[in-house]
Amino acid sequence: MTTLPQSTTTKLGLVIDMDTCVGCQACVTACKGWNDQGYGAPLSDQDPYGANPSGTFLNRVHSYQITPEDAAPIIVNLPRSCLHCEDAPCVTVCPTGASYKRAEDGIVLVNEDACIGCGLCAWACPYGAREMDADAGVMKKCTLCVDRIYNENLPEIDREPACVRACPTGARHFGDFADPDSKVSLLSAERGGIALMPELGTRPVNLYLPPRPKDMMTASPLAPLLDIRASGFAGWLDKILGKIG
Amino acid sequence: MNPAPSVILFSTLSGLGFGFLAFLAAGLVPVHGFHAFALWFVGYALAVGGLLFSTLHLGNPQRFLRAFSQWRSSWLSREAWAAVLTLLLLAPMALSDWLGFDWPRLWGIGTALMCLCTVFTTSMIYAQLKTIPRWNHWTTPALYLCFALTGGAVLAGQGWFAVACLLGLAAALLAHWHFGDRRFAEVGATIGSATGLGPIGAVKVFEHPHTGQNYLMREMIHVIGRKHARKLRVISMLLAVVMPGLLLVLAPKGPAFLLAAALIHLAGAMTQRWLFFAEAEHVVGLYYGQR
Ligand code: SF4
Ligand code: SF4
Repeated sequence: MTTLPQSTTTKLGLVIDMDTCVGCQACVTACKGWNDQGYGAPLSDQDPYGANPSGTFLNRVHSYQITPEDAAPIIVNLPRSCLHCEDAPCVTVCPTGASYKRAEDGIVLVNEDACIGCGLCAWACPYGAREMDADAGVMKKCTLCVDRIYNENLPEIDREPACVRACPTGARHFGDFADPDSKVSLLSAERGGIALMPELGTRPVNLYLPPRPKDMMTASPLAPLLDIRASGFAGWLDKILGKIG
Repeated sequence: MNPAPSVILFSTLSGLGFGFLAFLAAGLVPVHGFHAFALWFVGYALAVGGLLFSTLHLGNPQRFLRAFSQWRSSWLSREAWAAVLTLLLLAPMALSDWLGFDWPRLWGIGTALMCLCTVFTTSMIYAQLKTIPRWNHWTTPALYLCFALTGGAVLAGQGWFAVACLLGLAAALLAHWHFGDRRFAEVGATIGSATGLGPIGAVKVFEHPHTGQNYLMREMIHVIGRKHARKLRVISMLLAVVMPGLLLVLAPKGPAFLLAAALIHLAGAMTQRWLFFAEAEHVVGLYYGQR
């Protein structure tokens, strides 16, 4: 059904820390690797080694430059993937029922066997989280690694989304937002987690942690070194040489 | 948005088809026998042909029956139902006109209204999308309905009523452009809100996530088309409204002139529909610093 569940008791999602993300693309690679062999059609590439490569990805890392009014510009990396919105417009527009939001944990998924590849859900998503696979003709999106997180064949440490597992800086956190004591809830409360494009009314589950405010230096710590007066022998030499010059 | 030919052909042809069928069903074109068969055939061909074009942009068209399942929530599903039901319910009227059964016109008037409902469901597929502010406005259904009514009226030789429709269409076009140009700012999405970084300072793109194109950019970021938007607006107004209007008012009566007026109008409708997509900016473009 493409009507949304009234509410979900569990709200699985990610907290992504834009302060620690270094934009290394490890999550992108891990995501592509895992989803090439797991859930649904593999993420295909077109002309991967040619002049005009293109392919399906469920996660893309953007870089932005922010210029505060009174400080130096900073670079911030923003990994962009499905936010598993509570009011997911991608679900309600779907004519086939292929797109759905799970009542049990809030994950938004596509049943690829029912998808006709009309692309309307990708139009309805503000975040560009859905990409049509050019080979399979079906809609691909982040599954929150539904085939990992409940997978008892994997060691427990691996039962989290591939992107979270791969992130070398620990910028990605996975958990239940419905539980106020979960790591993700605590983190986003403490650091002021932000929802992207709230004016579109999608109520995203995933939240982003803004970069921490940078220290402001009033004067350079090296400033005293600029004003060194030579003393002793060096001072005498300085004076003599100064006179000769 | 990428103006895909299949979607432009679908919405213009099926819009014209359902508009024309509405006039036939309401009995506003007095025809009998083979003449009636020919006209109903044209109406059906346009509507069905348009719908077939819409399947061309599907990744897995063989599963199209599934698109009938979600009418409770999805406008695309409702459109599928509306189109098929309307085409089925029109059939008795077509038979009655062709074979002279003289079945009650009330049925025809009801199905004529269903033709307009079908066009409305098509328009709502676009108008529902908050992500494309230009479309997310009442002028979108108004425009689609005006196009269907006008095209139908011109093709059905409705004389002064067709001229009135043309004037209505002109008003709908102007309103769509007037409000459309302000919609993106009105919705208020910016690169600052898209990234959540706006409160810190001025945000600009430093680097794209990928060096090549991807589905999102091909489908939703269409910068080239907008360059000539002003000229295309004038051209579509001339073709869709002014020239057919002049033909209807000044040219002598006759099927040849009607057909010419209808074809010129259709060319205008297609130009406008191309622009409808090309001008529409999707908020995802904000992430790429391009709309
Ligand atoms: S981010 Fe996009 S695809 Fe994911 S749930 Fe929200 S609207 Fe749907
Ligand atoms: S592309 Fe597939 S999942 Fe998306 S709206 Fe169409 S049928 Fe539904």
